[in-house]
Amino acid sequence: MALHPIDHFAAGHRLRPIELLPWALAVGYFFLPNANLPLGTEILIWALFALSLDLVLGYTGIVSLGHAAFFGIGAYAAGLAARWLGWTEPISALLFAGLVAGAAGIVSGMIVLRTHGLTLLMLTMAVAVMLKEIANKLGWLTGGADGLQGIVIDPVLGLYRFDMFGRTSYVYALVVLFLAWIVARRIVHSPFGRGLVGIRENATRMSAIGSPVMRRMVTVYAISAALAGVAGALLAQSTRYVTLNVLSLEYSGDVLIMLVLGGMGRLYGAFAGATVFLVLRDELSKISPAYWGFGIGLLLVATVLFARGGLLGLVDIALARIRGKRS
Amino acid sequence: MISAFIGILFDGLAYAMILYIISVGLSVTMGMMGFANLAHGAFAMAGGYVMVTLMQQLGLPFLATLPLVFVIVAAISVAFERLLYARLYRAGELDQVLFTIGLIFMAIAATTFVWGPLPQAVRLPPYLMGQVDLGFRTFPTYRTFLIVIGAVLILALWLGLERTRLGAQVRAAVDNRRMAESVGINVGRLFTTTFALGSGLAGLGGALGADILAPTPSYALEHLVYFLIVVAVGGMGSIRGPFVAALLLGVMDTAGKYYVPDFGAFFIYVAMMGLLLWRPHGLFGRA
Repeated sequence: MALHPIDHFAAGHRLRPIELLPWALAVGYFFLPNANLPLGTEILIWALFALSLDLVLGYTGIVSLGHAAFFGIGAYAAGLAARWLGWTEPISALLFAGLVAGAAGIVSGMIVLRTHGLTLLMLTMAVAVMLKEIANKLGWLTGGADGLQGIVIDPVLGLYRFDMFGRTSYVYALVVLFLAWIVARRIVHSPFGRGLVGIRENATRMSAIGSPVMRRMVTVYAISAALAGVAGALLAQSTRYVTLNVLSLEYSGDVLIMLVLGGMGRLYGAFAGATVFLVLRDELSKISPAYWGFGIGLLLVATVLFARGGLLGLVDIALARIRGKRS
Repeated sequence: MISAFIGILFDGLAYAMILYIISVGLSVTMGMMGFANLAHGAFAMAGGYVMVTLMQQLGLPFLATLPLVFVIVAAISVAFERLLYARLYRAGELDQVLFTIGLIFMAIAATTFVWGPLPQAVRLPPYLMGQVDLGFRTFPTYRTFLIVIGAVLILALWLGLERTRLGAQVRAAVDNRRMAESVGINVGRLFTTTFALGSGLAGLGGALGADILAPTPSYALEHLVYFLIVVAVGGMGSIRGPFVAALLLGVMDTAGKYYVPDFGAFFIYVAMMGLLLWRPHGLFGRA
């Protein structure tokens, strides 16, 4: 018997065991004797950044070439607060960074989301580039091109100091990512989240059936900006250093590539994409930066031509084949 | 004061010519097929490298390389268009953006591999160096040459578009692709031709402007934003719009570097945002 639509909706919300796999892997990695925890922390931070982009791009269909704007705002908010205001308590600073980035998301969302296509691409890109110019010019405040140095962060919960092996950073980032994942998962399975998918599929129809399209887009843009800001703040706190790169077109592009590589519109694509991207970059850059550039370009072209669903899309197809053979 | 102002206008005009010659093909591509080809700048870069290679390896004079550059880059672009781009005409904008970003990365890596990571030095012929006296004051010869040759190219382009059969077909296809197809225009083939011409022009622009925008592996990424500004502000599919946009951008950029070297780029982005919010489809674009 077919499921009642409401039951079908609820079934999507129910936690499947496979959804715990990434968390089991992340926790397991921590206990490996030769674990590269700084790289692991970087992956967790970028996974959070990519997850934030997934809400906007994967679920709502807003193509942004400037999501690093919010990542950078979060990084600078946490970094500047610690450096100049003595706000060295990490968890409250993380929330503060998220709020600042979210507010920036509301403002810029209300401006840029009125446009579409190439114009939207240009405007999202312009916001990030302008912020980068400003951060560069305010050298007395941000350290400019030399980066913001001399950040001091208190132990997490007053107990766990940021150590040189990156143990505290790793666990801290993992817990934050887990909480953000719960939030994101709640959002995409809520009626609001289904409304976002409706906007992605056909915005005209959504407004015709009375959905407040613009308000929903600005709301999800702000939530996504806040999560990206938290990711940026995590980076600032775990490295105790902020460079202008956090606002760069390069970062905006990298996070977009990670998400697409992993598979968008499915939450877990962000995890898979960030992991594959950063591990590959780490390995290939050891050989030569040119190899890395060519490799990622080729991967991107191949993904677009042959694997639109990204890595997780390929897994789906493979699983469907196996199941099909069995029955 | 006045003299500096004239100098800025002059340099800005020369820069605008380069920006326009490079970007006009992109405008037509986007207008006709709705294809967001972010890798367009790679064809301009290829133009610069082909010219440098022809001059250094084969010892050809600067002027003789220019038609060759046009033909070679156009030929390369046809191969790309038929083998790769054609698969993505029906794809969404995001796919096109990602695909062409991927091409940019590959172009950067391939260029670094063949020519090394450093910018290529362009040796201009002696007759293009120094100053030329235009009666009331002297101007740099190279930039005067750019403006003259740019004006000739633009005139040829506009006449070709207004007066030839191919031009009429291009205008029809940009206006309404389905209608153009139903009156018997083979838009697919027309597009390949247009793509080749646009890329060839980009290559020519890259070669001509190599002394202003030096050929370097990251060329396509570094100047991407400026090429896109010209198209977005000018209006996709328009021929005249990008020229106005290139003029604004060229003069503003030059003036910004002269008067407010610290904030030049910032003002350009502010102006672009303002213009795009005021006219989301660009100055000469249509909804």
